[in-house]
Amino acid sequence: MSPVEAPLLSVEGLSKRFLARNGRVVHAVSDVSFSVRKGTTVGLVGESGSGKTTAGRTVLRLIEPSGGKAVFDGVDLFSLSEREMKAYRKRLQIIFQDPFSSLNPRMRIDAILGEALDAARFPRGSARKDRVAELLSIVGLSPDHARRFPHEFSGGQRQRIGIARALAVEPDFIVADEPVSALDVSVQAQVLNLMGDLQKRFNLSMLFIAHDLSVVEYLCDDVVVMYLGRVMERGPSRKVYAASRHPYTRALLATAPIPDPTRRRERVPLQGDIPSPLDPPSGCVFRTRCPMAIPACADIVPPVAHLGGDHHVACIRHAELA
Amino acid sequence: MAATAGAGMAREPNLLMRIASRPTALIGLIIVTIVIVLSVLAPLIAPYAPGQIAVRFRLQGPSLAHLMGTDELGRDVFSRVLHSGRTSLGVGFAVVIFASLIGVTLGLVAGFFRRFDAPVSRLIDAMMAFPDILLAIALVAALGPSATNVVIALGIVYAPRLARVVRASTLVIRELPYVEAARALGVPTPVILVRHVLRNVTSPLLVQATFIFANAILAEAGLSFLGVGISPDIPTWGTMISVGRQFLDQAPWIMWFPGSAIILTVLSLQLLGDGLRDFLDPRLAKDV
Ligand SMILES: Nc1ncnc2c1ncn2[C@@H]1O[C@H](COP(=O)(O)OP(=O)(O)OP(=O)(O)O)[C@@H](O)[C@H]1O
Ligand code: SF4
Ligand SMILES: [Mg+2]
Repeated sequence: MSPVEAPLLSVEGLSKRFLARNGRVVHAVSDVSFSVRKGTTVGLVGESGSGKTTAGRTVLRLIEPSGGKAVFDGVDLFSLSEREMKAYRKRLQIIFQDPFSSLNPRMRIDAILGEALDAARFPRGSARKDRVAELLSIVGLSPDHARRFPHEFSGGQRQRIGIARALAVEPDFIVADEPVSALDVSVQAQVLNLMGDLQKRFNLSMLFIAHDLSVVEYLCDDVVVMYLGRVMERGPSRKVYAASRHPYTRALLATAPIPDPTRRRERVPLQGDIPSPLDPPSGCVFRTRCPMAIPACADIVPPVAHLGGDHHVACIRHAELA
Repeated sequence: MAATAGAGMAREPNLLMRIASRPTALIGLIIVTIVIVLSVLAPLIAPYAPGQIAVRFRLQGPSLAHLMGTDELGRDVFSRVLHSGRTSLGVGFAVVIFASLIGVTLGLVAGFFRRFDAPVSRLIDAMMAFPDILLAIALVAALGPSATNVVIALGIVYAPRLARVVRASTLVIRELPYVEAARALGVPTPVILVRHVLRNVTSPLLVQATFIFANAILAEAGLSFLGVGISPDIPTWGTMISVGRQFLDQAPWIMWFPGSAIILTVLSLQLLGDGLRDFLDPRLAKDV
């Protein structure tokens, strides 16, 4: 009985480069590492274009990685052939951002869930109908909804169907890619609550992608903050929220540090746009927008500092933020 | 962009009712239906057997006994137009089926598998560079003139158009999250191609098939008229015109009526196709 259990998923040095049309290289994800312990939720946070979706899809081998490892239950998924990966497919599921294009418009809900049940080798026949009804009720829908088409549902309801599909195969791990950001604000909380409940009920392990920290705070045990394809800071939520040691995280938290002896904190929103991943800045990718940037930041990619208690930060000036 | 494509394809639960709300498409649909019904029921409706020769009554103008007159052998033109419709529509329909088999397969493969896209697309472009009728003539000349070979030739001629439409839609659908969801579940690729991709290209496919149906009827007539198509012994609208041409001065009705049948059918198919296209996502139809 070792006190430190191996994480369910451990991503190490994940990279994904895309070839852009003109032959240039998009560095969508560079050297990303994090791990997900069994039964916990890890938040993956960053602005649009920071590579969150790419990271999630790559881990599930929905797109092929350019480098790194994703050790899931002791096996590096990236070392598996397409065939071998098949056996892992139903253990790893994904919930999508867009509730409209995530359901085949030509399929009824029972067929959509049925496809997932087929994947799980769930027998056909009367038991299946009950299972579909059960799945629908798990996500707060009615069993009568089974014979309807996706267009008959609201965005929030469709998102629940997407969640039911992911749960149908009883996965060990779920990537939830901004599952509420396309929904009406009034519905967001309901779906978030549902996800929180389901996480506890089924002891799910989850990578929860979001573009702002507030959504993640309530749901996540750990947080990974990404910027322009790289991890800026990661660690237990408590630490990252209360004692962030990275200027970018602090900016996301809307309280940027002012290097002044009174240590007064002031709201400094982020200025400017994210640079293009076709041509990321040298050294620290955040330096073009960092309020603390110094010339040295352009020289090297900041090494990841381990601050203890699984708190990691990639900033050469992190000590000044302590 | 992907999101709106998905939503666009979602809104077409009742195609028939939507067609009915468009006057021109509705007219097209009604005429096409009438033409098909008349042709199918030709043996019941036609007052004479199509091959019934009555030399005594040859080259007679339209009358009560012969609504569309008689031809050079005294055969009833009305009865022959009805029977010819069966062949002409049958050829058109067979062309659509054959072209779809080739075109859908090529389009799905080119659109879904990146590594096949370049070679297949080049083949499609090369075939489309030839004028339709010239390619058809060349193919029939190579295969030999028979109804089957006309179908094969025209199927090959029209397949690239379908392939392009299917490829364009497949490129969009391939990237949609519901396809990714199926991949995440480990659904086999052939099943994904049929269940998720093909099922969502049926609408643009239907539009294109309607146009091809019209074009095939016209092209069959053209080939027959040029004497490189179906044998003149088999009555089609095209062969009727081809033979009737020789009697244009004395008995123009021999040509008029099959000619009108072609024009009516082709125009109404075009109206129907235009109407169908309007219901669909314009981006998916832009290649049509
Ligand atoms: N298939 C692709 N080909 C080329 N570039 C891509 C591809 N997919 C993503 N990218 C690029 O990779 C970068 C990261 O994209 P990604 O979608 O992962 O970001 P994200 O953090 O999920 O953003 P968002 O919050 O908008 O969803 C972007 O610059 C994007 O343009
Ligand atoms: S390394 Fe420099 S630029 Fe990067 S976050 Fe730290 S201070 Fe800012
Ligand atoms: Mg994303």
